[in-house]
Amino acid sequence: MLEAIDLARPPMLAPTSLTLHPGQLTGVIGPNGAGKTTLLKALAGLSRGLGTVRLDGQPFLPHPQRLAWLPANRDAVWPIPAAALVQLGLGPAAAPDPTAIAAALAACDATALADRPVSQLSTGERARVLLARALVARPAWLLLDEPIANLDPGHRLDVMALLAAEAARGAGVVLALHDLDLARRCDRLLLVADGAVVSDGPPATALASALLAQHFGVRRDNHDWKRTVNTLFISDDGPPRSPGPADGQRSEPD
Amino acid sequence: MKAELALLCAVLALASLALGPVDLAALWARDPELARNLFIELRLPRTGLALLIGAGLGASGAAAQALFRNPLASPDVLGPSSGAALGAVLAGYFLGAGVIGMAIGGLAGAGLSLLLLLALAGRGAGATRLVLAGVAVSMLLGVAINLALSLAPSPFALYDLMFWLMGSLNDRSLPQLALAAPLILIGIVLLLRAAPALDTLALGEEVAQSLGVGLSAVQARVVLAIALATGAGVAVAGSIGFIGLIVPHLVRPFVGHRPGAAIAPSALAGAALLSAADIAVRLLPAGLDLRLGVLTALIGAPFFLCLIMERR
Repeated sequence: MLEAIDLARPPMLAPTSLTLHPGQLTGVIGPNGAGKTTLLKALAGLSRGLGTVRLDGQPFLPHPQRLAWLPANRDAVWPIPAAALVQLGLGPAAAPDPTAIAAALAACDATALADRPVSQLSTGERARVLLARALVARPAWLLLDEPIANLDPGHRLDVMALLAAEAARGAGVVLALHDLDLARRCDRLLLVADGAVVSDGPPATALASALLAQHFGVRRDNHDWKRTVNTLFISDDGPPRSPGPADGQRSEPD
Repeated sequence: MKAELALLCAVLALASLALGPVDLAALWARDPELARNLFIELRLPRTGLALLIGAGLGASGAAAQALFRNPLASPDVLGPSSGAALGAVLAGYFLGAGVIGMAIGGLAGAGLSLLLLLALAGRGAGATRLVLAGVAVSMLLGVAINLALSLAPSPFALYDLMFWLMGSLNDRSLPQLALAAPLILIGIVLLLRAAPALDTLALGEEVAQSLGVGLSAVQARVVLAIALATGAGVAVAGSIGFIGLIVPHLVRPFVGHRPGAAIAPSALAGAALLSAADIAVRLLPAGLDLRLGVLTALIGAPFFLCLIMERR
């Protein structure tokens, strides 16, 4: 159980208390600048002095197997081979674990990239390698800032399925995303607007048309987001691999 | 790779002990006492200082690039090198201290510049604020050195001052080695111990923190270690540029480009490079008195340019 008590960073984040449960896929949606990243970072224990974060009743202490944080920034300074970068996710001075690295890369469909320098990968490829880095230590909690931004439609579906599987194995998964169709696959959806959680509950609650219209300025019967997925020939049973022309359109990072 | 570099250092050290303007073997036959004194008081400290200062510069460069996540960072950007130069200049030419006094002045200068850096950057400063503060301190100290030069008591003093600033290991002896060696060694050990955390920092500061790296503690230790390793070197030998900038680039491809893993081989490669440069300076024909710092820059600048062109 990840408890956040009185997280606050005015004006970016109004006082917020949340309890997140393991085994659940929790989505965080909201317009650009709404405070999604601020909220996730605070939950990851990266914003000192903004409130209290407790993990299973204890004050939170960072550890690779406790919680993984994936920032939205995909920059890579050094041309480190992908497999070596994933190894870094096991923590400083951790013993090399080729099995765990291979499994994490395979889960993110990045096995073929293992020996490529990360600075030479495309943004989408690098996003998959960095996700593998977050998964490699099999942390109890995954806090992911827009893990599916930059991914082609096929890989978006794959990653959502992967995160659902992580939740099914007992991990608590929290992700920010802009793809409202995929957001419906979450167990719980937080709608953030103007630095406050304005809706918290099953996806249908947050995706109710009145709320979306109020906070996103889109009407449910007139939105692009449904087309983003449906017109790109994507269906749940057979995701094609060709990146769609509109890839990334609705999911620009903050 | 480390074994090969260590072997190279050993070979260069032997060459450095054997080579010089005086043929020690021939002298030994005529005057063993003088030969022995020359060996212990000049050749040995010179060889030791070249190895240690080179190692300190190489390790500091690799650590600075890892900490600031910038391949163009060098230990000079933090300011302790300029602080050491200024301290030595002030002690030598305005207080009339001897070589040992200059070295102590240099150490004091490096320490004070470090305090200035930390005061400017403030508590819990990130890498960006730290590097900006470092640039500000370096600039300030550079101006202060120029001011000291323009206030030199006499033209001869000015000449000596500028010559000293160019960096050299000529006529350095055991007291300088005794003064600099422990500080440089402590600095290198601190950097080696920070290597795993600096590797993790390749993932960014936030991710490193989430993996359990105590960011401010690592930053403080690395900055202190760089100040020790480079400041002590400059205090006894003057400014020797480019080694800290170039060596990590040479070494990193051999360690899978992991910035922390590059620290140990960078120390060895820095030691080898500075030893080789110091041997080269000694083997130049008499009359062509090329300073060590000038030679490293002469080799370093074009080499660095090639490196950049190659990566385009």
